[in-house]
Amino acid sequence: MAQTIDIASAPLLGVRRSRPPRPILRLSLTLLGVLPFFIFVLAFQFFPAFSIVTRTFARNSDGTFTLDNIISLNTPLIIGAYVTTTQISLITSILGGAIGFVLACAITIGGLPAWIKGGILSFSGVASNFAGVPLVFAFTSTLGRLGVLTDFLKTAGINLYPNFTLYGFWGLCIVYLYFQIPLMVLILVPAIDSLKKEWREASENLGGTRFHYWRYVALPILFPSIVGTVALLFGNAFGTQATAYALVGGGAGQNMVVTLLVTAQFSTDSLANPGLGNALAFGMIVVMAFTILIYTYCRRISMRWLAR
Amino acid sequence: MIHRQSLWSWLCLAFILLYFFVPLYATFQFSLQAKRGQLGFTAYQNIFSAPDFSNSFLFSFQTALLTIAISMVLIIPTAYWVNLKLTWLRPIVEFLTLIPFVIPAVIVAFGLIRAYNRTLLTDSGEGVYVLLVGAYVSLSFPYMYRAVDTGLQAINVRTLTEAAQSLGASWIAILVRVIFPNIFRAVLTGAFITFAIAMGEFTIASLLSQPAFGPYMAATAARKVYEPSALAIVSFGLTWLCIAGVQILTRRNRGGRVPTALIR
Repeated sequence: MAQTIDIASAPLLGVRRSRPPRPILRLSLTLLGVLPFFIFVLAFQFFPAFSIVTRTFARNSDGTFTLDNIISLNTPLIIGAYVTTTQISLITSILGGAIGFVLACAITIGGLPAWIKGGILSFSGVASNFAGVPLVFAFTSTLGRLGVLTDFLKTAGINLYPNFTLYGFWGLCIVYLYFQIPLMVLILVPAIDSLKKEWREASENLGGTRFHYWRYVALPILFPSIVGTVALLFGNAFGTQATAYALVGGGAGQNMVVTLLVTAQFSTDSLANPGLGNALAFGMIVVMAFTILIYTYCRRISMRWLAR
Repeated sequence: MIHRQSLWSWLCLAFILLYFFVPLYATFQFSLQAKRGQLGFTAYQNIFSAPDFSNSFLFSFQTALLTIAISMVLIIPTAYWVNLKLTWLRPIVEFLTLIPFVIPAVIVAFGLIRAYNRTLLTDSGEGVYVLLVGAYVSLSFPYMYRAVDTGLQAINVRTLTEAAQSLGASWIAILVRVIFPNIFRAVLTGAFITFAIAMGEFTIASLLSQPAFGPYMAATAARKVYEPSALAIVSFGLTWLCIAGVQILTRRNRGGRVPTALIR
């Protein structure tokens, strides 16, 4: 009885409770530990992105709201670059995704020795990082006008040039695939690995064939991972600048992809409309936001089954 | 049945590997052709003796080390607190550290230049260098955070912290002398990947007009024929060394689920 009164009436009786203030104090101390990280993110990521967005919708002269910058994107050159970039990204993400999926299946459940899996995973780690300038050099040495493969095919009676050029649309696709396929492999192998043996056994016990297992068990479980990763590959291709610049930057392909248009804004913005650069960058941010949205949504779904 | 399946796998593997190894082989052969009529390492001698090579290489090397140091200082305490107490922050921190993986480098450079236009950060050489390192530190987050986080989950953070606290250690001492040595391997994997990225980065360095290795490589293409292939081989070797470092470090961990899944 006495206890009950004590607890219930303590605040009324004016007994100072020493507990509540401490967690708050400690929480703020803990927050202090993560504060540098958040300040950094704010200064180097959030603020630059935020300023692109606000400047896209601000008039250059007086900073009032305007849609002029967005409207100024509506030129054949810019629309063309967005369309071409989308095409390249779609082709390389779907093709890279498909080839990467086949390769991932081959090294996980395809009955190959374990060292091959390890080797391919290591190589994928290297190849997916091997982008940009050196990658373009590699393909120039292979499929350029003087390239080794071009030369080899010539002696075999096949003349690639002038019908084919590495420095154009399909050249970009071929080169992009070099980092797209390994990225797909790297993300999908863990997903395929976490398909449980019991699921296959259950399917077999119920009389399911290999086709049934894939059609009704494995693919539905892997599907979100596949779609999410393909979305990531799409964004990856859409935002690639170094590879595109090194391959088609100087020449006729200067306006081919959006990243190169943004690059051009660095040098010409004093002459041209500075709002245009912001609008171009804003367009890319919108595309990337969609990519992240699809990726995180798919990841959440796939985690239902593949959570480790 | 099993036999036929593995035959298919071998065939797929062979075709795909052809696509991956022919360019590497061609690059290597091309790089040996600098002297007419004979194969040799002339192109390699040429690039290694060029002062631009060593200058830009050292510049990128220093920048990479600085990037790793700052990234560690920012990420380790954050990941530690997120694991120990601020678990509600985990989704937010995970999301924030994933963002740099998706935002294109050209947008990062553009945003930084425009956001800090006409401030000390864009109007002085040191300022632009701060922007460069800041951008690289951002690029390192997806790898560094996941590496450190994996390392922290492999040890018992709470027990270690309480043990250190009961011995009277301060928070700094706990982080530096207890937590850090225990996750050193994991941190090192993040550092290797960060190093590979910073050494080969082209977009941000060139847009910020920095004398880094990436822009140097791009510039050789305009002047030389065989040297670019030699540089490509050197660059591939460097990347390969870094990833090999990661592989060796993670092999003895459980399963090696460190951040290789996020390598670009």
